[in-house]
Amino acid sequence: MCKTCGCATLASYTVHSGAISPVTHHHGDHEQRQTIEVMEDLLANNDRVAAHNREHFNHHGVLAINLMSAPGSGKTSLLEATIDALKDRCRIAVIEGDLETENDAVRIRAKGVPAVQITTGQACHLDADMVHRALHQLDLSSLDLVFIENVGNLVCPASFDLGQTMNVVLLSPPEGDDKPAKYPVMFRKADLVLLAKSDLLGLLDDFDVDSAESRIRGLANPAPLLPVSARRPETLSAWLAWLAALMPGTRQVVA
Amino acid sequence: MHELGLARGLVSQAQRIAGQHDAERIDEIVVRIGALSGVETDLLARAFLAARVGSLVERAILTIEECPLEVRCAHCGWCGPVAVHSIACAVCGARNVDIVAGAELVLVRLELAQLNGIVSDNDQHERRRDTLPKPRGDNA
Repeated sequence: MCKTCGCATLASYTVHSGAISPVTHHHGDHEQRQTIEVMEDLLANNDRVAAHNREHFNHHGVLAINLMSAPGSGKTSLLEATIDALKDRCRIAVIEGDLETENDAVRIRAKGVPAVQITTGQACHLDADMVHRALHQLDLSSLDLVFIENVGNLVCPASFDLGQTMNVVLLSPPEGDDKPAKYPVMFRKADLVLLAKSDLLGLLDDFDVDSAESRIRGLANPAPLLPVSARRPETLSAWLAWLAALMPGTRQVVA
Repeated sequence: MHELGLARGLVSQAQRIAGQHDAERIDEIVVRIGALSGVETDLLARAFLAARVGSLVERAILTIEECPLEVRCAHCGWCGPVAVHSIACAVCGARNVDIVAGAELVLVRLELAQLNGIVSDNDQHERRRDTLPKPRGDNA
């Protein structure tokens, strides 16, 4: 091993596929060795806080939706259209996640619902701690539905439980119909996939909706794929019905 | 995923557990990373080299057990490995499968070293930070 370029230091980790190989150590007889079996998740801290958040939501009967997608897929626009459709029938709040700016929270507040903006700085995803702090700025006892608009990112947010009830992932036609195959961890986590900006399908005719759906099935995920357009309220009914079914109290008033 | 944040968390976790057992040093950390965990093994290993500096795990070996994605078919009962992008029973093709392994992100075990109480001058000298070997160059 080369001693000057630094590659020798990589020998201090060993990677095994399958079985474990014993690593032998050289140690003096004045030392005691101890093997501690741990079996603790690396994300145990986050999961603990997420469970706590989930208890808060459940205690107040609030449906919490973790909305994820690549940057620019249309999450905020969809939320604006959804709030327009629902705000007279259920009490909504939004937790916004972005690296910088309050732009999205400002847009949501302009629709007349409370929005808490989390600016993560460098963090590329929301975690349970950030959401927990945001929850303290909301009165859950006066809410039915909380949307958590995650940071635009198809990689990291999938791995961080926030305490949400459901995961909704957006996909838009410019991204390509093979996106679910390229980001399996994210698209496996989806309880619902929304094909946002569906009004572009006529222009982007190489986006094959059936192909996108079959790639989701290829991940053994039965989640529905629903086309929606924030610009065309009539396309939102299936999405609104999906939400209504999860909020029994408002089921009878949402079409 | 950002493996450096995970590596830092892993170092804290290992130090906490070592503290609970009054360990002087951690010689080995064994983690299990599943194919569907979102973690890149090589990146985690490199991030660990950066994260361990100045801690109880500074000279620990990180052993990573890579776990392939394994499913059990709810239709025919077959159990075995499948590719991440094509999750279905290899025997009957059913998509109705349960994940048996491959989503893990687990600290499996630690190998700790404790001194018995009789400490030689050599050992005290070794524990001083300025005599510990520094990692070479940019390992990230």
